[in-house]
Amino acid sequence: MGKTLAEKILGAKAGSSLKAGDIVIVPLDFVMAQDGTAPLAIESFEEMGGDEVFDPQKIAFVIDHSAPPPNLGVSLLHQKIRNFARKEGIILYEVGEGVCHQLLPEKGHVVPGDVVVGADSHTCTYGALGAFATGVGSTDLAASMISGKIWFKVPSSIKFILKGKLPAGVFSKDMALFLVGKVTADGATYKAVEFEGEAVSALSVEERFTLSNMAIEMGAKAGLIAPDDKCLSWVKERSSRKPQIFTPDSDADYEDIFEFDISILSPCLAKPHRVDNLAFVEELEGTEIQQAFLGTCTNGRLNDLEVAARILKGKKVHSNVRFIVAPASREVFLEAMRRGIIETLVEAGAAVVTPGCGCCVGTHNGVPADGEVVISTANRNFKGRMGNPNAFIYLASPATVAASALEGKIADPRKYLRGKDGS
Amino acid sequence: MVLRGKAHRFGDDINTDYIISGRYKFKTLDMEELAKHIMEDIEPNFYERISPGDFIVAGKNFGCGSSREQAPLAIKHAQISAVLAKSFARIFFRNAVNIGLPVIEVETKNISDGDELEVNLEKGIVRNITKNEVYSANPLPPFMLEILKDGGLVKHFQRHGGYRLK
Repeated sequence: MGKTLAEKILGAKAGSSLKAGDIVIVPLDFVMAQDGTAPLAIESFEEMGGDEVFDPQKIAFVIDHSAPPPNLGVSLLHQKIRNFARKEGIILYEVGEGVCHQLLPEKGHVVPGDVVVGADSHTCTYGALGAFATGVGSTDLAASMISGKIWFKVPSSIKFILKGKLPAGVFSKDMALFLVGKVTADGATYKAVEFEGEAVSALSVEERFTLSNMAIEMGAKAGLIAPDDKCLSWVKERSSRKPQIFTPDSDADYEDIFEFDISILSPCLAKPHRVDNLAFVEELEGTEIQQAFLGTCTNGRLNDLEVAARILKGKKVHSNVRFIVAPASREVFLEAMRRGIIETLVEAGAAVVTPGCGCCVGTHNGVPADGEVVISTANRNFKGRMGNPNAFIYLASPATVAASALEGKIADPRKYLRGKDGS
Repeated sequence: MVLRGKAHRFGDDINTDYIISGRYKFKTLDMEELAKHIMEDIEPNFYERISPGDFIVAGKNFGCGSSREQAPLAIKHAQISAVLAKSFARIFFRNAVNIGLPVIEVETKNISDGDELEVNLEKGIVRNITKNEVYSANPLPPFMLEILKDGGLVKHFQRHGGYRLK
């Protein structure tokens, strides 16, 4: 019997042949916590009797969830994070550096074949590089900082084969929302998912992050894409470490294999208050919105800002809409400035905020009022997620969000993004 | 260990944002304070209705979403003695065991709000005293049971100086 990607990566790290269901302790290549989870991890670390971390160069704390701090409570927790980072000599990404899941790949901390844990559920994002990356809680993270290891049950796997070519105006975010809608919020719980097929190969590495990022929204432990040349050259520009390339065997054992032809996909949305509450844009066109948000670890990258700028160039967002933009990192922000993307967005009426997570997680930078409707490029639309349980959140692609900001209601982006050949 | 209390019934897919909202959890490590806000967005004033030792009883996929360990901690500090659900999301399940909150995977469809329950953790038996029924739970993997018996992963590390995998 052949092996899945998860079995191969974990087996290589553990130095033994593994199959789904095995319990294993594996060494870690990188460990991350953010400002919502690091303070508790520090407390657990100290309670466990931790003195020195296993390797300060393999650990990063990222201040992104409430950055800059919106109140004193947060400021004091940030101070705790800084003090610990200085004492232990670990890597610290300060206010304004960006969202953790953009920074780890961007700064070259993750290469194919790595095993990574982060105290944030969207750590699965790095699966797009062929790394086994998963979210853990603060106490698991503390144990990882001390020992440089973690225990896992080797997950069984589900494979998604995505066939066809994405139509103009339809993106990896639409595929992600579609897949979550199809398998539901617990369709892949405890499992690894693998994405493959020509539609996945055709995606840029940035677009692949969007797909892997949302694996947790179906409950998955990891969202893996086998590395190809595109991935390897992306990684080589950012890291000098040697990647380990694994691909799944054709006779590997999968719990399920799903095949979808995405050449007929429409722009997708998740309706309030569930990520698996799938709808197509045709069903929701005309729904009035009061806020549009472009950003997050799902869709705050350069390509995301660029497509929004294409739609908004020379136009103004609707007067009833607050359009909030949070670039995923300082590097993304700078490059978007150099290319005139930020200028286009700001001229169209965008309020650009510090790279970070605030608006998505309801800490600051755009808490909606009662009864308001928000369209967002984020990955979660739970009741209260953005800070008010009396608001309604729709999730969509950056293109759908930009088109909707323009019209003041949920809008189909395809009319703004016809291909050169008219397709 | 045998736990006894009444059931507080919740549905499917209760996410960690519902258990403790981001509005509160990012600004404090005071778990007693966070506990006052548990389930606030879906069950206002839930905290007021808890008697020490009560159970949260839910459907499938309890604890999905964010990895915040404040979720099981807020439940524990609200003096809930265990969570019973048809299934749990992965990160929450680990976190609960790591902080010493018992999580019991068991068919919960017959349990109603207010039912009096008795839970035997070692045997994995749930007795519904109100309805005079018995349900058997899926056992914890032995390694996780050991962490739970140690009182959580912090105490496990204190005791063994690292992971002790049998």
